[in-house]
Amino acid sequence: MERRTFVKTLGAIGLSTLPTITKGAESKSSPGEEFNAILIDTTLCTGCRTCEEVCLEANGMQEFEMNDSDLEKERDTSTDQLTLINLYENEENEIYVKKQCMHCSQPACASACLTKAMLKTKEGPVIWREDKCMGCRFCMLSCPFDVPKFEYHSANPKIVKCTMCFERQQKGGLPACVENCPSEAIIFGKRTELLTEAKRRIAESPDDYVNHIYGEHEAGGTCVLYLSSVPFEEINFRTNLGNDAYPELTTGFLYSVPLVIILWPPFLLAMRNAMKGKVNNAEEVENE
Amino acid sequence: MSSNELGINIKSTYKFILSELKPKSKIITHFNVIAFIIIAIGAVLIVLRFVKGLGAVTNLSQEYPWGIWIGFDVITGVAFAGGAYSLCFIVYILGDKKYKPIIRVTVLNGFLAYVFYAGALLLDLGKPWNVINPIIGNSFGVSSVMFLVAWHFMLYMLTELVEISPAFAEWLGWRKVRKYLHGLTLGAVILGITLSTLHQSGLGALFLMAKNKIHPLWYSEFIPILFFVSSIFAGLSMVIVEGSISHKVFKNRMSDEVSKSHNSILFGLAKICAVVLYVYLFLKLLLFIHGEHWVHLNSQMGVLWLVEMIGFVALPCVIFTQAFRYRNELWVKIGGIITMLGIILNRLNVSVIAFKWYAADRYFPSWMEIEITLAIIFLEILVLRWIIHRMPILSDSPVWVKNEKH
Ligand code: SF4
Ligand code: SF4
Repeated sequence: MERRTFVKTLGAIGLSTLPTITKGAESKSSPGEEFNAILIDTTLCTGCRTCEEVCLEANGMQEFEMNDSDLEKERDTSTDQLTLINLYENEENEIYVKKQCMHCSQPACASACLTKAMLKTKEGPVIWREDKCMGCRFCMLSCPFDVPKFEYHSANPKIVKCTMCFERQQKGGLPACVENCPSEAIIFGKRTELLTEAKRRIAESPDDYVNHIYGEHEAGGTCVLYLSSVPFEEINFRTNLGNDAYPELTTGFLYSVPLVIILWPPFLLAMRNAMKGKVNNAEEVENE
Repeated sequence: MSSNELGINIKSTYKFILSELKPKSKIITHFNVIAFIIIAIGAVLIVLRFVKGLGAVTNLSQEYPWGIWIGFDVITGVAFAGGAYSLCFIVYILGDKKYKPIIRVTVLNGFLAYVFYAGALLLDLGKPWNVINPIIGNSFGVSSVMFLVAWHFMLYMLTELVEISPAFAEWLGWRKVRKYLHGLTLGAVILGITLSTLHQSGLGALFLMAKNKIHPLWYSEFIPILFFVSSIFAGLSMVIVEGSISHKVFKNRMSDEVSKSHNSILFGLAKICAVVLYVYLFLKLLLFIHGEHWVHLNSQMGVLWLVEMIGFVALPCVIFTQAFRYRNELWVKIGGIITMLGIILNRLNVSVIAFKWYAADRYFPSWMEIEITLAIIFLEILVLRWIIHRMPILSDSPVWVKNEKH
């Protein structure tokens, strides 16, 4: 949001700002402060898959049939399932990990979307709006977590992903998975509060957790946060994403656009005039 | 302005267009039969695509949201269309008159490439009817690179249309309109070059957020610049190859000026291509060294990268240089073909081959995706041929145009 106004101002002041344009010019304050968020404590999850079930119900996707054999291999969310549990086993224990959209604080998908169909709501959830979307799938290409899914076998396809039950939240409710988790492995709250809570848990029982909250900084911070007893790469989290927000990858390019628009035409004209004297037949070109 | 003021007689224009619609040469030829079959099959598949969804004809998946319709049709096609702005820059800005005879055909080619290849984008959209959303402004996603590229496509098509429109006016015999349109050329050229700079690089910028998904040998924050620079020699190589084909195919439509200048144009273009290829190679090496990519060379992708760099950048660079030095026409053409293949390889590498090189299920286009792509190419060639046979694109402008000057 800040970026947009920045680009506009830049367009307006053009030249005078030239020296201040650097790649990291975006404001460094973290805008995710008051977002609603979810904290998933994988050490509490028992793998009962209630969240999977209630998610299907809440999103009207009951046709999908859950099987006991599902946990045998690692699965990805799909157009049929917005969240699911994967099982990772090591010598000592079984770790169940819930998977869904990370609701990034500065989501790549929303900044990629040219119609604002993908939208970071001010409340925190990242939602998708059918009437805006043109189905270009740029959001899929851009999302660092490969979350958005597309209905390839529909004449009027949708982009499908978890919305953190935005509509339920609007009515004062909780996300279905949070409300129904019998083990309180998923809790809902403001992002800052949840970070404090997560840190408290780590400090209280440092033996049970690795000292890392996944999502605190990853990809610029996400509104879904994870706690784990083992290093996150062992439960197949993407640990190579870096801590910069993904939209920042394109800001350098986007900043330069108004500059090119302002500077190029006069530059080309000047060049043309300069060349006229040099090339003796320029006159003819002109009159053709 | 009434039509009379513009010197347009609607009735006779209408009659003229009707008469021009009739084919001018033999209808049943090998080429036409093949083109017809491919386009007909393509049309059926396109219907299938809209009835059953993208999955019915493409091999796209959740892992690979973009296939060859984007990676080849749009991204490679637009790079090849870069000849138009490059040549406009040389002729109108640098004032090099040598290339003037081929500017119309190049701009026409560029225009049609955008219409057909960027138009192919509509096939790839899940909800193409919503394509108006970012245009009419009910939802501007201005932070989106895609938004920028889409707008620039549209505006650029307009500027190319303006640049080529005097040829249409000459064909229809609209003298006053021609004069008016001709007056817009320089403005259109300058706007066109500006827009091209931005969307040629913008196509590269589309991949900036796919940071961890593109093999490090191809991903770089400088993709936009690489795409821009390579669009220059991509476009000019296209001009070389296409010019050589036209030289044979449209011989009877070619003015003396165009035929006579053919050779000197070829060598001039060879020189420019060599220089820009050299710059590109240098940039690539710089990024390679700076990114400390040595470790990646010892892998399948590393070999592919070396093939692209040595076989399709360094080699054509040398070929163009030598061909220019020894005035060897054939080698200029060979250089052009290799460069074009290299561009296809590069764009497919970024968008498809090096994209999720780690994935278990790799994308490979279905025969239907390839078929529809071919159908679009043939359709474009047919339209191009129709226009060249009728309008003063390669041929001289009508006499009245010359008389009106000075
Ligand atoms: S995880 Fe992907 S889909 Fe979800 S908010 Fe982040 S970028 Fe968007
Ligand atoms: S597919 Fe839809 S939601 Fe995704 S970027 Fe394109 S328009 Fe936006």
